[in-house]
Amino acid sequence: MKVKMLSRNPDNYVRETKFDLQRVPRNYDPALHPFEVPREYVRALNATKLERVFAKPFLASLDGHRDGVNCLAKHPKNLATVLSGACDGEVRIWNLTQRKCIRTIQAHEGFVRGICTRFCGTSFFTVGDDKTVKQWKMDGPGYGEEEEPLHTILGKTVYTGIDHHWKEAVFATCGQQVDIWDEQRTNPICSMTWGFDSISSVKFNPIETFLLGSCASDRNIVLYDMRQATPLKKVILNMRTNTICWNPMEAFIFTAANEDYNLYTFDMRALDTPVMVHMDHVSAVLDVDYSPTGKEFVSASFDKSVRIFPVDKSRSREVYHTKRMQHVICVKWTSDSKYIMCGSDEMNIRLWKANASEKLGVLTSREKAAKDYNQKLKEKFQHHPHIKRIARHRHLPKSIYSQIQEQRIMKEARRRKEVNRIKHSKPGSVPVVSEKKKHIVAVVK
Amino acid sequence: MTANRLTESLLALSQQEELVDLPKDYLLSESEDEGDGDGEIKHQKLLEAISSLDRKNRRKSAERSEASLKVSEFNVSSEGSGEKLVLADLLEPVKTSSSLATVKKQLNRVKSKKTVELPLNKEEIERIHREVAFNKTSQVLSKWDSIVLKNRQAEQLVFPLGKEEPIIAPIEHVLSSWKARTPLEQEIFNLLHKNKQPVTDPLLTPVEKASLQAMSLEEAKMRRAELQRARALQSYYEAKARREKKIKSKKYHKVMKKGKAKKALKEFEQLRKFNPAAALEELEKIEKARMMERMSLKHQNSGKWAKSKAIMAKYDLEARQAMQEQLAKNKELAQKLEVASESEEEEGGAEVEELLVPDAVNEVQMNVDGPNPWMLRSCASDTREAATEEEDPEQLPEPVAHEVSESEGEERPVAEEDILLREFEERRSLRKRSELNQDAEPADSQETKDSSSQEVLSDLRALSQKLKDDHQSRKQKASSEGTVPQIQREEPASEEEEPLLLQRPERVQMLEELENEECFQNKELSRPVLEGHWSEKTPNNHPDAPKEKKKKEQMIDLQNLLTTQSLSVKSLAVPTTETLEDDVERNQRQMIKEAFAGDDVIRDFLKEKREAVEASKPKDVDLTLPGWGEWGGVGLKPSAKKRRRFLIKAPEGPPRKDKNLPNVIINEKRNIHAAAHQVRVLPYPFTHHRQFERTIQTPIGSTWNTQRAFQRLTTPKVITKPGRIIKPIKAEDVGYRSSSRSDLSVIQRNPKRVTTRHKKQLKKNSVD
Repeated sequence: MKVKMLSRNPDNYVRETKFDLQRVPRNYDPALHPFEVPREYVRALNATKLERVFAKPFLASLDGHRDGVNCLAKHPKNLATVLSGACDGEVRIWNLTQRKCIRTIQAHEGFVRGICTRFCGTSFFTVGDDKTVKQWKMDGPGYGEEEEPLHTILGKTVYTGIDHHWKEAVFATCGQQVDIWDEQRTNPICSMTWGFDSISSVKFNPIETFLLGSCASDRNIVLYDMRQATPLKKVILNMRTNTICWNPMEAFIFTAANEDYNLYTFDMRALDTPVMVHMDHVSAVLDVDYSPTGKEFVSASFDKSVRIFPVDKSRSREVYHTKRMQHVICVKWTSDSKYIMCGSDEMNIRLWKANASEKLGVLTSREKAAKDYNQKLKEKFQHHPHIKRIARHRHLPKSIYSQIQEQRIMKEARRRKEVNRIKHSKPGSVPVVSEKKKHIVAVVK
Repeated sequence: MTANRLTESLLALSQQEELVDLPKDYLLSESEDEGDGDGEIKHQKLLEAISSLDRKNRRKSAERSEASLKVSEFNVSSEGSGEKLVLADLLEPVKTSSSLATVKKQLNRVKSKKTVELPLNKEEIERIHREVAFNKTSQVLSKWDSIVLKNRQAEQLVFPLGKEEPIIAPIEHVLSSWKARTPLEQEIFNLLHKNKQPVTDPLLTPVEKASLQAMSLEEAKMRRAELQRARALQSYYEAKARREKKIKSKKYHKVMKKGKAKKALKEFEQLRKFNPAAALEELEKIEKARMMERMSLKHQNSGKWAKSKAIMAKYDLEARQAMQEQLAKNKELAQKLEVASESEEEEGGAEVEELLVPDAVNEVQMNVDGPNPWMLRSCASDTREAATEEEDPEQLPEPVAHEVSESEGEERPVAEEDILLREFEERRSLRKRSELNQDAEPADSQETKDSSSQEVLSDLRALSQKLKDDHQSRKQKASSEGTVPQIQREEPASEEEEPLLLQRPERVQMLEELENEECFQNKELSRPVLEGHWSEKTPNNHPDAPKEKKKKEQMIDLQNLLTTQSLSVKSLAVPTTETLEDDVERNQRQMIKEAFAGDDVIRDFLKEKREAVEASKPKDVDLTLPGWGEWGGVGLKPSAKKRRRFLIKAPEGPPRKDKNLPNVIINEKRNIHAAAHQVRVLPYPFTHHRQFERTIQTPIGSTWNTQRAFQRLTTPKVITKPGRIIKPIKAEDVGYRSSSRSDLSVIQRNPKRVTTRHKKQLKKNSVD
C-alpha cells in the first residue's frame, strides 16, 4: 500500500545543534545533471586560467650582501633561518619571517666557498679561499664578546666545498681530495682521491649517510663510501658537473647539474645511463636542490633563471626570473617544501613560492576543497590542447627566449645530420645512440 | 727455464774456451818468468792440442790441475761431467746423515711448490677494492627499492612521513611533582585513597583484582560440569524435536497442536488471575501477531497450497475443510481482540458488531498488495457519476452475507463449497482489479482530454453490460500494454483505442460490481457456470490479436510518427492522477499550441535533414564545354548526349549514420571548432583510447558525486603541512633497522687491508 503524500521527517533537515552542518538534500540522478564532461572541461579551463592569473611566485628579496652570493644553507631545525656566504668572505644569517639580516660575520678573506650547518643546528661550518675551515656558533656572541669562530683549521690547499654528515660529528671537505674530518680533530680522519683534478663539491647522502658524492673539474662524478674509506665508482660526462644533490626520499638517486645546460638524474647503482636527462636551461646549470618531498628539484643557472623540474619529467614545470636577477649561483628548497631561495650574482637572495599560484596562509575547508578539485581537474584535462597551451605558457626574458629558439634550431640541425648520416651509410655502420647515453663518456670502476 | 739452460750451456762453452786459452796465457806468463827451456813444453802442448782436435768430444781426464778452476767457493760448476747440477746431487751426501732430515723435508716441500707471482700494482688493487666496495654498497641500497617503488606509486603521501603518535599518559606520570593542592582535589584524592580506588591505570580496584585471581579450582570445575549438562540437555531436546517433526501422522500433529493451544489458554487464564500485567503483555503480543497477520498473506488463499486445495475442494471433503480452517484461522488472527479490561456484559454485544463490521473492513484490506484503495476510489470517482454511489453499499453487505452462510457451513456442504469458491473468485477479481487500476492509471493520464473522448466515455458507461463479456480480453490487452516498451506507449493510439484506454479502470470496476451483483442474486451459481463464463470470454480474445499487430505496425511507421502533429508533445506529459492538475495542464497545452500555432517544427526538421543529406552527397562533375563541336550561344544548351558523355558520376559514399534514425541529424564532417579542444594523440601512460576516454568521462565534481566520493576523488597526491620540517626518509620510518654502528666508528676501526674475500676477488680478476 502506497500513500502518496508530502511528508517530511524533521530528522532529515533539523540540525541537532547549531554547530552542525546544514543538511542539503541533493538529487544525484544523472539525468538532472547532464553534460558532465563539457562542464568539467570548462571548469578545468577556468581553473587553468586562474592558476596563471594568480601565479605570482616572487615573495621577497633579501639584500645586504656587498658581493655576489656564493652559497646558501638551511637551518636544520628552524624554518625561518637561512645562512648565506658571499664572494667577499662575508657570511650573513637571515630571518625569513622578518626578512632581515640578523647577523653578519666577516668569515674569510676572499670567497666563502662553502657553508653548511651541523645537523643539530647549534653551529655551522664555512670554508673559504684562505685555505681555512671555520666552525661558528649559530647564536651570536654575547655582549662584549668578539665574533670569533669556535674552531679554525688551517689546511694546505684551498677548500672548495663542505658538507656535514646528517647524524654524526663528521664533515667532509673537498679541494684537491675529499677529506673527512672529525669535528674534534685538526687532521682529516681519512682522505680519498681518485684522479688529480680539483673537486668542486661534495655531498653526503641524507639517507644512507656513509655515502658521499663529489664532482670534479675533470668532468667526472665520483661516489665514495666513508665506512670503507674508498671511492666506489666514477662516471665521466661530456662536460663538467658543477654540483650534485641527493634525493632525500630515494637513497640511490641523485641529480647532477652540468655545464652542458642539462641536469642528469642518476641511479647510483647504474651510472652508465642516467634515469632522466632534464633539459630546459640555456646556459650552464650551477646549482641544484631537491624538494624535501623528493618529488621535484630546483636548479639555478647561469642563464639568470631558476627552474623547477619534476623528478620524472625531462622538461621543467616552472621557470622563475626577474629583470634584476643576474646569474643565479646557489639555490635551496626550504625544508617545509613551500619556498625556494636563490642567491645570485647581484648580491641578493630571493624568496619564491614553490607553487607559483598557491595561496599562502590558512585555507578554509571550502577553499581547500576547491583547490583540490581544481588541481584534479587540471590533471584530468592536462592533455587537452587549449588547457595544455595555457598551462605551459610562460613569459621569458628576450635573451632566454631567443636562445631557446637558437638552440632548438641547432639541435634540430644536429638531429637531421645524424639521421642523414644513418640514411646514407651502410646499415648498422653508424650506431644510433640514445639521448640518455649520448652525454656519458665512460664509467670507471 | 729454457733461457736458464741456455745461459748455462753458454757459460760451459766459454769455460771450455778458457781452458783452451788459459794455458797460453799461463805459458806467456811462464816465459816471462823462466825465459828459455820451455820451448819443449810448448811443443808438447801443441802436439797435444792437435791430437785433441782429432778426437771429437773426447772426455777429458778429470785431472785436477788447478783447484780454483773447478771448485770455487763462489760458484758451483758441473765442469767435467757436462751435466746440469740438480738438487738430488746435492742431497746425496745428506742421505746418509739422519740429523739433516728436517732440511730434507723442507727441501722436498720447496720442490713441490710453485713460485709466488709478483704482487699486482697499486692501481689494480685499488680498482678491485672499489669494485668490491661498490657491490657491497649497492646491496645495502637495494633494500630501499621496495620503499621507493611504493612511495612513487602511492595514491597519497603525507609529509612529514614519520608518524608522531600522541602519547596519552595520566598527568601523574607526566608531572612527577604534581600534587593535589586545592582543597577539592585533596578531598577527592582522600576519598579515592580511602576506598582504595585506583588513581591511575589499570582501572581495577584491589578487590576486583583479588576476585579475578580468586576463582578456585573447584568452582571452575563445577561451572564446567554445569555447562556440560546444559549442552547435553540441549542436544536431547533437539533430537526429540527432530524426531517429532518426522512423524507423518496428521492426527498426531493435530492433537499435539490442540493440546498446545489448550495449554497456552490455560496458562493465559492463570496468568490473568495471578499476574494481570503479564497477561496484558501477552495480549499485546497476540495483538501484534494479529497485525502482522493482517499485513501478511500467510493464511490467505494465494499460496500454492491453497490454490491446489481450491482445485481439490470440489471432490475432497477434507481439502475443503482444510481450506475453511485456514480461512477461519486467517479471520481469527485478523480479528481485533477485545481488551481484557472491558466489561463482561459488553462483550456479547461487541461480538455481534465484530461479526458485522470488521469483516467489511477486512475485505478492503485483503488487497493489501494492490494499489492504494483511496486512490482507487478517487480515480474511479472522477469519471464515475452518481450511479456508482448506489453500488458501493452493495459491496459492503455482501461479504457479511458470506459470513452468515459460512457460519452455517457444517450443515450445507454444497452451498458452502460454492461460497468458498465464490470467495476465492471474489478475492482474485479484487486483486486483478487493483492490478488493472495500476496499469490503467498512467494510461488514463496519458489520454488527451478531447471532448470527443468524453462523449465516448459516457456512451460506454451505458454499454457497461455488454462490456462484461469483453472483460477478459481487455485484461489481456492491459497486460500486453504493460509489456510494450515505453516508446510505443507514447505512440498515439488510434481512435478506437483511446476511449477504451480511458475507460478501463472505471469499466472494470463496474464489471466487478456487476459480477458481484450476480453473485449476490444467485448464490447457488455453480462452478461450471462460471467456467462457462470464462470459456465464453476467451474466444473474444483472439480476434483482437491480429488487430493489435496491425496497430503495432502502424505505430512503428516512422514517417507517420513524424508527421502526426504535436501528439508526441502530449504523450510526454507526466502521468498524474489529479484532475485539477489535468485541467491546468490542458490550459497550458492550449496556450502553447496557440503560441506556436504557425510553427511546424517537425516539417522544418525533416526539411533540414533532407538538405543536410543532399549537401553531404558527393556531387557529379559536369565537364561539358558548351559550343565545343557544335553550335553555341545564348539560349543554346549542349546536347543531352554530349552532357551524358562528359558527366563524371561521383561514387556513392558510405551510407549515412542517421539513415535509420528519423529524428536525428548526424553531422559526419569533422568540426574544426570542436577539434581545437580535442586531444589529437593518445597521451603517454594510456595504452588504448578507451582507457583515456573513460578517465575523461567519469566526473569528479561534487555535482555528480556524493560528498565522500568527491573527497576521495580529489585527494591531492602530496600533502605537506605548513610550517613542518620534512626530514629525509629514515630507515626507522619505514620499519627497517638502521645500523647501530656509527659511520665514524667504522672508519676508525677499518684500516685499509686486504681481506680474504678481496683476495678471492683479486684472483678472479687476474684470471679474467
